[in-house]
Amino acid sequence: MGKDSIFKVFGVAAGVCLVCSILVSLTATSLKEKQKENMLLDKQVNVLKAAGLVELAAKPSAAEVKELYAKIEPIVVDTKTGETVEGADPEALDIQRQLKDPAASSEIPAKADIAGIKRVPNESVVYLVKDDAGKVSSVVLPVYGRGLWSTLYGFLALNGDLATVKNLTFYQHGETPGLGGEVQNPDKMAKWSGKTAYGADGKPAVHFKKGTVSADDPNAQYEVDGFSGATLTCNGVNNTVSYWLGEDGFGPLLAKLKVAGAQ
Amino acid sequence: MTPKLKKILIDPIVRNNPVAVQVLGICSALAVTTKLQTTITMCFAVIFVTVFSNIGVSLVRKITPGSIRMIVEMTIIATMVIVVDQIIKAFAYDISKELSVFVGLIITNCIVMGRTEAFALTHNPVESALDGLGNGLGYSFVLLCVGSIRELFGSGSLLGFPILKTVSAGGWYVPNGLLVLSPGAFFLIAAFIWVVKTVKKDMAE
Repeated sequence: MGKDSIFKVFGVAAGVCLVCSILVSLTATSLKEKQKENMLLDKQVNVLKAAGLVELAAKPSAAEVKELYAKIEPIVVDTKTGETVEGADPEALDIQRQLKDPAASSEIPAKADIAGIKRVPNESVVYLVKDDAGKVSSVVLPVYGRGLWSTLYGFLALNGDLATVKNLTFYQHGETPGLGGEVQNPDKMAKWSGKTAYGADGKPAVHFKKGTVSADDPNAQYEVDGFSGATLTCNGVNNTVSYWLGEDGFGPLLAKLKVAGAQ
Repeated sequence: MTPKLKKILIDPIVRNNPVAVQVLGICSALAVTTKLQTTITMCFAVIFVTVFSNIGVSLVRKITPGSIRMIVEMTIIATMVIVVDQIIKAFAYDISKELSVFVGLIITNCIVMGRTEAFALTHNPVESALDGLGNGLGYSFVLLCVGSIRELFGSGSLLGFPILKTVSAGGWYVPNGLLVLSPGAFFLIAAFIWVVKTVKKDMAE
């Protein structure tokens, strides 16, 4: 039987596929736990960073994360109305899984969909950080939206006044490393801190500006230095922030929190 | 080590460098070299893939029918890439996020496919492993040079440690923005190829 006979072709192909698939599934399953742990830890670190409990550039240990994370109060809210959903387990919700499940997410009208996300989860996990007096000192909102190549997932944190940005962080994206990927650069993202989220008309106003914001710019309080070479990613981030701060996003929830905080 | 094996290992590092002389694998050389840390991880990933896909292809070279040899090579390469991607995700999660798709894209790196096709198919596993290692090191050598220059002059640091204090951090150094962008890497690699071909006259076409 020759090397190129049809049986040999199928035999070798099947053999190679079998060995390769065993190798791939072995590594994938044996490393899955470790990867999951990494992802959870990474998400918690991102919540902590957004909430300002951990420096943006810091790399806390797993134990530190666990200790600090205890200060955070995750609550489940109805994404549309901002009502708290009682008895729901915040750990059980996963945005990406919810978006794939037609029962756990709903379509949004194309007109309102400025962030290019098509669907929103029915229930979202929002993280509250309270000071010793029990007053909310920051609110961490889960946000996501289309960038250039990918959907960016991250957290937008507002200060206790619900009017200024505390931090904006992204934990998952597929943007170009070094360009759009700079949304994970702590030095650059730190510039969002302290910016005014809403304009005088009550609409979301904070955004990346193309180029550097000069100090004498009258709109400097709303503008953040953009990334050169990443205009489309920056636009995506701007749309994401506008969507989630707006009426279609977490506007209703923030209004409720404001009322609750004033009491 | 016999002189022949030594030649297989050393040759691709300088004299027949895959990036500088054969001009292969440029895409990832541009994408992952903005910072040295990501560059180093990428280098290890590529070395792993070149070595093990060469060994794999070499092991089945005698039974691989000519009609499907490229598919067999591709399957083996893809397997190695997935394995290395999973390992990076498990043990260097932060870096894996920065490298994002580029580890997966090692599959399309011409160096890997080129070496399995041109070398591993006709040589024994030991020679193939050394050839893979040599080419991986050759690729890494260029990437590390480019990565160091880009990070040092583009961000004023090396491996994240500030060397030249940048203006934005209150220092004096104005970072060269061009080096952070892909064209910066193009110029550096072009300069590298130019130097290599000028010094080693026999390599110029």
